[in-house]
Amino acid sequence: MRIVSCLLRMIALATLLALQPGAAAAQSADEAFTRLGADSFSDTNRAIELLIANAHPQAAPIIEALAAGRLLAGGGAVVIKTTDGKFLDARTGAALPAESPGLAPVRLNNGVRRNIQAALGGLGLLNPDAGKRIAAAEAVFKSRDVALLPVLEGAIAKETDARAKAALRQAQAAILVAKPDAPPFDRIAAIDVLRERGDQDALATLRSLPADSSPALKEAQSRAVSAIEGKLAVWRAGQNLWYGLSLGSVLLLAAIGLAITFGVMGVINMAHGEMVMLGAYTTFIVQEIIRTRFPGLFDYSLLIAVPLAFMVAGLVGIAIERGVIRFLYGRPLETLLATWGISLILQQAVRTAFGPTNREVGAPNFMSGAFEIGQLAITWNRLWIIVFAGLVFAALLAILKLTPIGLQMRAVTQNRRMASAMGIRTGRVDALTFGLGSGVAGLAGVALSQIDNVSPNLGQSYIIDSFMVVVFGGVGNLWGTLISAMTLGVANKLLEPYAGAVLGKIALLVFIILFIQKRPRGLFALKGRAVEA
Amino acid sequence: MSVNTTRRVILGAALAGATVLGSYLPAAAQETIKVGILHSLSGTMAISETTLKDVMLMLIDEQNKKGGVLGKKLEAVVVDPASNWPLFAEKARELITKDKVSAVFGCWTSVSRKSVLPVFKELNSILFYPVQYEGEESERNVFYTGAAPNQQAIPAVDYLAKEEKVQRWVLAGTDYVYPRTTNKVLEAYLKSKGVKSEDIMINYTPFGHSDWQTIVSDIKKFGTAGKKTAVVSTINGDANVPFYKELGNQGVKATDIPVVAFSVGEEELAGIDTKPLLGHLAAWNYFQSVKTPENEAFIKQWKAYKKNDKAVTNDPMEAHVIGFAMWVKAVEKAKSFDPDKVIDALPGIEAPNLTGGISKMLPNHHITKPVLIGEIKADGQFDVVSKTGLVAGDAWSKELDGSKDLIGDWVEKKCGNFNVKTGKCGGA
Amino acid sequence: MISRFLLQNMDKRGYVFLALVAAIGILVPLLNLLMPVGSLFHVPTSTMSLWGKYLCYALLAISLDLVWGYCGILSLGHGAFFALGGYAMGMYLMRQIGSRGTYGNPVLPDFMVFLNWQELPWYWYGFSSFPFAMLMVLLAPGLLAFVFGWFAFRSRVTGVYLSIITQALTYALLLAFFRNDMGFGGNNGLTDFKDILGFNVQAQTTRAALFSMTCVMLIAGFLIARGIVVSKLGKVVIAIRDAESRTRFLGYRVDRFKLFVFTVSACMAGVAGALYVPQVGIINPSEFAPANSIETVIWVAVGGRGTLVGAALGAVVVNYAKTVFTSGFMAPYWLFALGALFVFVTIFMPKGIIGTARELWEKRRKPAPTVTPEPAPAE
Repeated sequence: MRIVSCLLRMIALATLLALQPGAAAAQSADEAFTRLGADSFSDTNRAIELLIANAHPQAAPIIEALAAGRLLAGGGAVVIKTTDGKFLDARTGAALPAESPGLAPVRLNNGVRRNIQAALGGLGLLNPDAGKRIAAAEAVFKSRDVALLPVLEGAIAKETDARAKAALRQAQAAILVAKPDAPPFDRIAAIDVLRERGDQDALATLRSLPADSSPALKEAQSRAVSAIEGKLAVWRAGQNLWYGLSLGSVLLLAAIGLAITFGVMGVINMAHGEMVMLGAYTTFIVQEIIRTRFPGLFDYSLLIAVPLAFMVAGLVGIAIERGVIRFLYGRPLETLLATWGISLILQQAVRTAFGPTNREVGAPNFMSGAFEIGQLAITWNRLWIIVFAGLVFAALLAILKLTPIGLQMRAVTQNRRMASAMGIRTGRVDALTFGLGSGVAGLAGVALSQIDNVSPNLGQSYIIDSFMVVVFGGVGNLWGTLISAMTLGVANKLLEPYAGAVLGKIALLVFIILFIQKRPRGLFALKGRAVEA
Repeated sequence: MSVNTTRRVILGAALAGATVLGSYLPAAAQETIKVGILHSLSGTMAISETTLKDVMLMLIDEQNKKGGVLGKKLEAVVVDPASNWPLFAEKARELITKDKVSAVFGCWTSVSRKSVLPVFKELNSILFYPVQYEGEESERNVFYTGAAPNQQAIPAVDYLAKEEKVQRWVLAGTDYVYPRTTNKVLEAYLKSKGVKSEDIMINYTPFGHSDWQTIVSDIKKFGTAGKKTAVVSTINGDANVPFYKELGNQGVKATDIPVVAFSVGEEELAGIDTKPLLGHLAAWNYFQSVKTPENEAFIKQWKAYKKNDKAVTNDPMEAHVIGFAMWVKAVEKAKSFDPDKVIDALPGIEAPNLTGGISKMLPNHHITKPVLIGEIKADGQFDVVSKTGLVAGDAWSKELDGSKDLIGDWVEKKCGNFNVKTGKCGGA
Repeated sequence: MISRFLLQNMDKRGYVFLALVAAIGILVPLLNLLMPVGSLFHVPTSTMSLWGKYLCYALLAISLDLVWGYCGILSLGHGAFFALGGYAMGMYLMRQIGSRGTYGNPVLPDFMVFLNWQELPWYWYGFSSFPFAMLMVLLAPGLLAFVFGWFAFRSRVTGVYLSIITQALTYALLLAFFRNDMGFGGNNGLTDFKDILGFNVQAQTTRAALFSMTCVMLIAGFLIARGIVVSKLGKVVIAIRDAESRTRFLGYRVDRFKLFVFTVSACMAGVAGALYVPQVGIINPSEFAPANSIETVIWVAVGGRGTLVGAALGAVVVNYAKTVFTSGFMAPYWLFALGALFVFVTIFMPKGIIGTARELWEKRRKPAPTVTPEPAPAE
């Protein structure tokens, strides 16, 4: 399989060569290897060109190794280190007995990386794997290397896979559009292909049209540009909405624990943010253990962290309730004081234990990167956070509505004395409720570790927003919290493009202040006598 | 007044008196020389400043092992200004008047420096300030060992324009004075190089901004104009991690839109998964990855001091290393710890930096430093892709209207804002 | 007449407080100026300015106690009024720098020059005049409180809802003042002051005078607050705290009483801020930080809510503790101590230092019914 692929690449190079008279004109391959060892980016770039131009039999493995940082040079020798740790002579591909001293990886910068991409693009156009061909076509689309045009044409003629064919055509169009000596008809057709593609890269390509193009071409170009822009504007609105939902889900996660401790129990829980922080640090510890002991489990690290974070934060919450808040029943405002003190202690404790700097929490594979629906770029981590927020919300709702303890919690919220008279042990219910709220905050920490700093200050940055969400939604109402979080998130993101991040946020705060005048108990006020308490 | 009340009065007065008096009983006779360390150990800035405190403790320790300075042992006095700006001023006053320190090493943010500045002027003491900053300042009592804008921002932009052929610029920063000034300087500089204003996008975000979705997608959109685009980031502190995470997730690769940052160092990268950031850049005067004997010795010493093999070093730490070495040399030259004598001795003092050169204290109280551009590697370190010779720090930017005629010169002119046009001290 | 209003029903604790503050206000500056340095009785300038800061905080705490302790309005945004007063003073001090700034611009403050502002924004007009600036010290926070309270109290926003929107208020102001485009110096704020009324701010005599002035204002603030709470109006206010609905049903316009107390309190906080700025030498948006306002609440609670004297005492005690803890070997651990103090006070001393001291006192002396109203936890 590997041999076939190599062979095919050689064919590609040969084609390339045949169609480039003069390119082969005898630059000795030796020069390429000298330049690779010169530790200068421009020399490395030249070396890549030479390797390709000379159709050096080792060009593909050398460039691949270079891209991966496995090409070593020093003392006149150029060596490929294979993925399984063997050393090969780059010139011949022959195995070397051991690593010779004085070798250092050939360094890369962005310019070299771009050249590598372009070179690998040229080399990969005839790869038997359709996915690789598409990737290669994308690379050519970006590099717009005119020399690859003949190879592209050959590849298009042979192509059977529809998606790969489209990608190849787009790459061809990107080259043709900017090629002044191409037939005008072909160039206008190329514009249509780009217009069809319709994304930001196509727009960039269209806009970079040389200034000396013909009027007809220019007109076609401007029409295509405005068509793409119009389409993109619609997508952008959708994109903003998506950003809003994603911000809303973050707010929801951050606030929903507070909706329990503050909303249901009336504790002005200033230590809520620190529960979130504890959840995030739990995730960090889980990942550290997995990294050192069970590296294979890394992708499951968050799944493992979820129950642990819930337990850690929940137990700390119960401890706080039993140790401090229990003595403050009937004095809700004073819980503010005590929990503020607790939050200071927890922050400093984490700072002492883990240091004041950020801790690295990695993203498992399923949460990295993005995918596209039309022109809507959706990042996996945001999508999973929205799903996670939804699950947490549903679970919490289920606990409150469907379980006996949920019933008791609601009873205690609505009328503590009556509940107590009915035989509910309000103390125990309080401890469990506080533990539940704290545990949910810990869950939020797992999610936030994916998008924000894991530092002792993590909690503080969310506490005010969380209070705003709960109060805006109406204290003691989970649905209110949901709707409020989503409203604030979407409003924030829709305002941001016009007002900027700061003014948008100020506008929202002012809106909340005014809204509370209109509905002094939030969006969804609890009805009944409870509100008089 | 009953007897009881009287007793209460006396008790109260005595208590208050005791607390007033108790706070300044005369210090014991000085056998050691005290050095103040004024870095936040709690609050939002602890994340950056705590390591600087440790570095100072290590340097002072090391100096004492060599026999101290002028035959006297040094003693570090650590206080915690808690990221609270008025508290910085209070603690500075305490260090100078109560602890009688000979010099203070400290501050990170501009506002903390501005807050302590009047105190240092009034009480005539010395502050070594180790962080890159916006410039536009040259004070007799302050020595700036971090970079001025011309020692960081402008060389970085030159590199991008030359090596990456960048023609379109996004200047993204946190909304405070350092990014504002740096971006003003850069905007003027870019325009003088023929960049049109529609090719410059300026964006400010608040401190601790954590939702970067919109801005990153704006940057992507700005990058579609068919010209090579780069981001010059003066985003501060905590906001960087979510910014880079969002860049990685939205697939902004360094080969498409490189980001060059002035506030992101080894310390910040330690908190991020750097694989998606491969090739993004940072401009500093020091990188841990620089291979010089001085640097390797320093890293070894630091790792041993922290008892942590993964401990990283960064640019402001190097600034303290240089600043401390300069202070020691100046004291030895002046043969005195007296601030006036040390201040006069400092300009012209040379000390080796960790990147293989000799930095020199200039008459404007800034130092000469090389400018290094590094690309982020997968292991959270930087690969140095460009290094200049020693660049002299400008206290006053030549690119800004208000300051282009000003120079700081504490040796001949005895003035921090000398106007070369009017030939007078004191601005315009 | 006025003195009757101010001194009526003054209890012993009040007299002790007044005497103490007056004594400090006279003695400390005298000891600072007249005693030679090194004498046992000399008060160093640094100590004096430190205590000046504490006393500003004490005035802020009294203003908060007036609304929280007596009217049941838990404001988590009093730092905003304090900071506004401070900014008004800071703007006056900035204008006094005149052409002595680093750029020598006679009109524009330095931060405007280097960010290329061409002319002074309109809201900076008038601040070169001291009386105008002093008027703004009262008006800026007063008006904000009036407008805010007008809306909030009329729509009967109470309890935690009110607390949270006061927090939103100060948070919004924090974000706004951070913006450099606002023209208040952004994060760096206003600093590097030179003169106040022609006297050098850093001169020892000016510092002494500012210290005395702070004591005078603290006494004045205390007397006004005291006067309000013991007057007939004050009785209604306390009734509102204890049972708002009943007071309303009795025919009192609850919102107007609340609005009055809230506005007076905001003005008082503004004065505290104005005295604070020249003594610490900087005003910056971080004074708007919600955490600062919460801390103010904690001072009041530590000292004893609804006692005025306790509020002042709490402010001084907590800040003194902060000063001590943030130096020396405690420096890395001071947050533990501070946090523990808050938890300890709430659990074991629910009535604060003053309240607990009184309880202990009364336990020893056996029952003498208290005359002063007990602050009941009202929500």
